[in-house]
Amino acid sequence: MTSGTARDTRQFLIDQVLLDPQRGANASLKKPLSHISGERVHRPVIYVGMATCGRIAGADKTHAAIQEYLQDSGSDVDLVEGGCVGLCTEEPLVDVQLPGKARLSFSRVTADKVQTLLDDMLNDNLPSLPLLGQYKNPIVQQWDQVPFVEEHPFFAQQHRMLLEHCGVIDPVSAESYIAKGGYWAFADTISRHTPDQVCDIITRSSLAGRGGGGFPTGKKWAAALKAVSDQKYFVCNAFESDPGSHMNRTIIESNPHRLIEAVLIGAYAVGASKAYIFIREEFTLAVERLEKALGQAREVGLVGHHIFDSGVNIELEVKKGARAFVCGEETALISSIEGKRAMPSSKPPYPSQKGLWNKPTIVNNVETLFNVPLIMKNGVEWFRSAGTENSKGTKLFTLSGSLCYTGTAEVPMGMSFKDIIHKIGGGMATDKDFKAIVLGINSGSFITEETLDTRLDFEEMKKTGASLGSGAFVVLDQNVCMVDLARFFTAYFQKESCGKCIPCREGTARMLEVMENVTRKPDKEKSFQTLERFKGVMQLKSLASVISETSLCSLGKSSPNAILNVLKYFKEEFDAHIFERKCAANVCTDLKDFFIDVDACTGCTACFKKCPVDAIIGSPRYPHFIVQDKCIGCGICYDVCKFNAVIVK
Amino acid sequence: MEIDTAQIFQKFPNRRREDLIPILQSTQDIHGFLSEEIVNAVADYLEISANKIYGVATFYDNFRFGPVGRYHFRLCHGTACHVAGAATLLKELEKLLNVSDRETDKKGLFSLEVVNCVGACGLAPLIEINDQFYTNITLDKLKDLVGSIRDKENSTL
Repeated sequence: MTSGTARDTRQFLIDQVLLDPQRGANASLKKPLSHISGERVHRPVIYVGMATCGRIAGADKTHAAIQEYLQDSGSDVDLVEGGCVGLCTEEPLVDVQLPGKARLSFSRVTADKVQTLLDDMLNDNLPSLPLLGQYKNPIVQQWDQVPFVEEHPFFAQQHRMLLEHCGVIDPVSAESYIAKGGYWAFADTISRHTPDQVCDIITRSSLAGRGGGGFPTGKKWAAALKAVSDQKYFVCNAFESDPGSHMNRTIIESNPHRLIEAVLIGAYAVGASKAYIFIREEFTLAVERLEKALGQAREVGLVGHHIFDSGVNIELEVKKGARAFVCGEETALISSIEGKRAMPSSKPPYPSQKGLWNKPTIVNNVETLFNVPLIMKNGVEWFRSAGTENSKGTKLFTLSGSLCYTGTAEVPMGMSFKDIIHKIGGGMATDKDFKAIVLGINSGSFITEETLDTRLDFEEMKKTGASLGSGAFVVLDQNVCMVDLARFFTAYFQKESCGKCIPCREGTARMLEVMENVTRKPDKEKSFQTLERFKGVMQLKSLASVISETSLCSLGKSSPNAILNVLKYFKEEFDAHIFERKCAANVCTDLKDFFIDVDACTGCTACFKKCPVDAIIGSPRYPHFIVQDKCIGCGICYDVCKFNAVIVK
Repeated sequence: MEIDTAQIFQKFPNRRREDLIPILQSTQDIHGFLSEEIVNAVADYLEISANKIYGVATFYDNFRFGPVGRYHFRLCHGTACHVAGAATLLKELEKLLNVSDRETDKKGLFSLEVVNCVGACGLAPLIEINDQFYTNITLDKLKDLVGSIRDKENSTL
């Protein structure tokens, strides 16, 4: 496309689409829009799924190979660096769309398969390569005997509202986003609704914060709108620091324009003239695409001064945040933007009254905001039709662990966890049995065999003592030791504690000490230390309750959750670690017992010399023996033995 | 190595407190780490004491105060990687490279950093060496990787 026609396209989209409220009814728009959005193409188009997860799986190399192929063959083909459909297990994904034909999606296209793929595809033949399927598209001819992507088990049970364009459109093209219905809601919002009405619509939709808290978004906005101030701020929290979740990054990389539109609507609703998207610095691709998209939005005239002659001014800036887990907390995030250490402050005053530079500030999570343009465009009833009585809409999860299909999935509220595993996740990937689902470190909640039938619903989950968390969804099998996992979570909180309040700073350190004593052998323990250890275990529960009740911020408050939940659901496993000093999953290596097989031992003295605690006795050329009381389970003897004479039990 | 801080400061003409983290980020991007001279220069420019700048910089995990090795290893240790065995990999890696977390060896060859979550949980456990990702890592794969790097280094000597 030359720059002249590009400018024409843009102007056409502004005049005929964005500024015309009757656009939906105008049938003559359908054809040009289907061209701009890429549903109809003049020449072959190749999309490579190049979000971060795709790149890690090797999409970079695939892309380079395609580029080389196209250069060598001189074919007239468009190559697009696309987003991610969410199915990580099948990456790298390459989609090919031929003129007049439905778009095909090929899975696991490594660089060496590019030649076969393009040789066949560009000659109108279907190559015999693993195929995810074809996309449904009524305006073009479908391929015979090719399944639909929408019917793939991973996608069939999802309710894709937030992910609708992810992996399908060119993420950094404002034109294709507008042609797909993007920015329509924002253009209508500023011309037809007052900020009051927007807050009211969002309140009626029952949209709740998806960052973990579940606070009603509309109420939060209304509070900030009512606050009297010469300056207000709107901040999008794109920090996503909880390990095991990367769905926010994926949707930003796959559809950055949606986030920009949402932030603009939000800023308008609360009367903020300055908005920030606070994103983790390491999300380099997301930052790059977001900045590019922001530049385009500015060119179209959607950001800045006097937007579309409406008198509305919204300035938007992408802020790269330095790494600290606590930045996910809104008050800590505000301190970080101000250039200070990211330490939370006590609430109230809430940021909606006194936030960034003491001005009213709204902080919303990416996923929450992604819902906003959809609600504004399709209406409250449409949004409320998905979900349960108490929880509306959908929830994004990053599925990982022992599942057949892993990746980013959008689950309608009300689906049971069992269904998420079996219907969307394709069941367990290993032959080991299911043990638990971990819903992120910051919630510390587990879904176990007993609670597997719980439905995805804020209220229903509260009853079982779990909280929805950030969106991490790690499925564990019997190979995982829950006590070790609780220790890992505690170590994580201890490391990431900002150090401001004592319960979290000192409490997590003490909890970690107790957990470490449980998961390893007493190291030359004196008798009174054994007592100390038991005392620690006995007091673990009360320590945990003090931390959760008295910590300053929500992260500190949730730090003991994992331990409490392990004590609740996996008490037997915990007891086995304490009393029998056994780890059934064989993860806590420090608890292992080492023995020497007298028949295999040659008496080479290698282990005798290396043992750090002199627990091995014996004479040269005669079998040796390990004194169990002295052994600390370090495993050095096992490593140095050349005759496989050391046995682990 | 001399660093032209003035060029970076140009981008932040307002000398505001909120510019502190972006300035530190851009200097580290160019220089690789924050040296004493850099911190002092930033302190002069923003009129904040160097103590306070260290206070902020040490709070965040991504600021470094020494150079990384020629091979910078980043091991992901999020939940998904942990249950897939990242703890064992970390122990092994520390042994193989002879450095611990956030350390660089004396020759400046290897450095190691444990990160919370890279965000590719479906491909866990994974490791990044100088921006190149290696997924579904096992102990054997790890040994091979380090071995091949060592071989390459020895042959070029």
